Amino acid sequence: MGSYNERIKDFDWSISEKELGYKPGDIINIGWYCSDRICNMGKADKLGLIWEGQGGVEKRYTYNDIRLATNAIGAFLRGLGIKPEDRVCLFMDKIPELYLGFLGILKTGAIAQPLFSAFGDESLFIRLENAQTRAIITQKKHAPKVRKILDKMPWVEFLIIVDQDPGKPLQQREIAMNLEQLPKMEEFEIYPTYAESPSVLHYTSGTTGQPKGVKHVHYSLIAQYLTSKWVLDLQDDDIYWCTADPGWVTGTSYGIIGAFSNGVTQCVLDAGFSAEAWYRFIEKNKITMWYSAPTAIRSLMKAGNEIIKKFDLSSLRHLASVGEPLNSEAVIWSEKVFGKPFLDTYWQTETGAIMISNYPGMKIKPGSMGKPFPGITATVIDPENFEPFKESGKIGLIALKPGWPSMMRMYWNNEETYRKKFKNGWYLPGDRSSIDNEGYFWFVGRDDDVINTGGHLVSPFEVESALLEHPAVAESAVVAKPDFVNMEVVKAFVTLKPGFIASKDLDLEIMNFVRKKLSPLAMPQEIEFVDSLPKTRSGKIMRRILHAKEWGEEIGDTSTLEND
Amino acid sequence: MEEMKDVVLKYVIAEYVEDDSEIKYDTPLISGGIVDSFSMVSLKRFLENKYNISIPDDKATPEAFDTVNKIVTLVNEYVKK
Repeated sequence: MGSYNERIKDFDWSISEKELGYKPGDIINIGWYCSDRICNMGKADKLGLIWEGQGGVEKRYTYNDIRLATNAIGAFLRGLGIKPEDRVCLFMDKIPELYLGFLGILKTGAIAQPLFSAFGDESLFIRLENAQTRAIITQKKHAPKVRKILDKMPWVEFLIIVDQDPGKPLQQREIAMNLEQLPKMEEFEIYPTYAESPSVLHYTSGTTGQPKGVKHVHYSLIAQYLTSKWVLDLQDDDIYWCTADPGWVTGTSYGIIGAFSNGVTQCVLDAGFSAEAWYRFIEKNKITMWYSAPTAIRSLMKAGNEIIKKFDLSSLRHLASVGEPLNSEAVIWSEKVFGKPFLDTYWQTETGAIMISNYPGMKIKPGSMGKPFPGITATVIDPENFEPFKESGKIGLIALKPGWPSMMRMYWNNEETYRKKFKNGWYLPGDRSSIDNEGYFWFVGRDDDVINTGGHLVSPFEVESALLEHPAVAESAVVAKPDFVNMEVVKAFVTLKPGFIASKDLDLEIMNFVRKKLSPLAMPQEIEFVDSLPKTRSGKIMRRILHAKEWGEEIGDTSTLEND
Repeated sequence: MEEMKDVVLKYVIAEYVEDDSEIKYDTPLISGGIVDSFSMVSLKRFLENKYNISIPDDKATPEAFDTVNKIVTLVNEYVKK
């Protein structure tokens, strides 16, 4: 990006528009920008995707392969009768069909709704019901979870299975879509979406209520393209690895849109985590740009430095991190072992693209979130009056001036909650921070009870609701517990119904119950059986007190606490 | 008495496998994406309850939990003590 100070002067998003050849009022379709446009630029034979699955199986796709495959998927969906703005869910591991399916959906004008493949049936149902999803694209290994709830979802017309065994019968509403057997589609009429046409629906959790569907539009590309170029420093000859799963926003904004719209070669590893496998993957593919998450970085730290010596990681040129605050120890460690620091980036599902970040060439203060991206007005405001602090160093709410291209346009069917995210003309992401006298932001924590575990937000309300469905549970309260690798993990306090006795087996049974219903992320890593929960006199459970105990903090005002 | 490796294999299949994939004693569980790092906590808890042992967190690594065979080796270290 060159000099940060120069870039923030007179910045205008038209810089990105011009580079992409877009003029206000033009058609803008992310699917086209990520495949056809790159081919039109003379890069049709350039590798766009190198994918490695279990057991080292590898598949490679040039940009022309991506163009043809996304055309084919688009034609398949259109053939089923999928129409613009229909919601099409992607419920898959990180297989090529996920990446190609995402762009194929966008080419039809439909809305891509990626959902994390580890979601249990209840998590899945809530999100599919809210979106009234018309089709689900999945793998045979995940189909049973959908089948379990299919009867409750008459609005789902198609369950599309991408790896159905030939000859194996399909069940009601199921249809097979084998990418390799789809006819190559040189020509496909891409639906003419415009700046405000909806593109992606990602679900995120809040403190109360059900998960919210964050609606993004095709114009988000303008921010995702430029932040990829300036923050991730994507260059034409880069081999890029974004470790995020496209079930979450990083995996789509930077694991699909940012990478492909910049025309780089990106690598995907669809296998569980192990330090050795990750280092081997970097060495094998000569990764130059690596965008990962603090949880992964701390897991690598835990695996030790000796293992690193077994691999040639000299290809690494630039490293960045997202998902939760990157602690200074991790920044210093990466500089020591990889010769370059991981640069922290800050944003969230609703912002669609990086908002505050450390930049190549800018002075890094380990532990800091960095400075606002050019064109982003960010500050810290007083939670009492929602006015920006005039002095540096004060802790308040992070506030962003709305209007950047990738800002969410709405929470799906939930305008009331959407409006609550704005105060005094600012959008509030729900995080607390301070700004030092050089303009660097320093993350403090969430401003609500949402649990950030391994970079994923978990709603205590959702976990508490699931716990109450277990026959032994009378009441529950769920809070974050500190954890070295994941920053926070879910901890549940539980009172039991008469006739049930706390035991190790019951503890495990409840853990597994939540894991299967919601997801492994939401499973309490610890359950504490208690006789009663702290409540206000009006009967509301005071999570704050339990949270403070877990974190060794002052309990604070207990004047409203009910006497035991 | 049922062998430990069969007990662990049965538990893994019952709890973590959604479809009819074939899981063997040496099938990669963690690196194979069958059991994720969060779910590993519940698998560890099962082993501790079943065999009345305590596995230190620093020994419960993705590598040590990667196959049924490796899990059995790890558990045996603590059962014998």
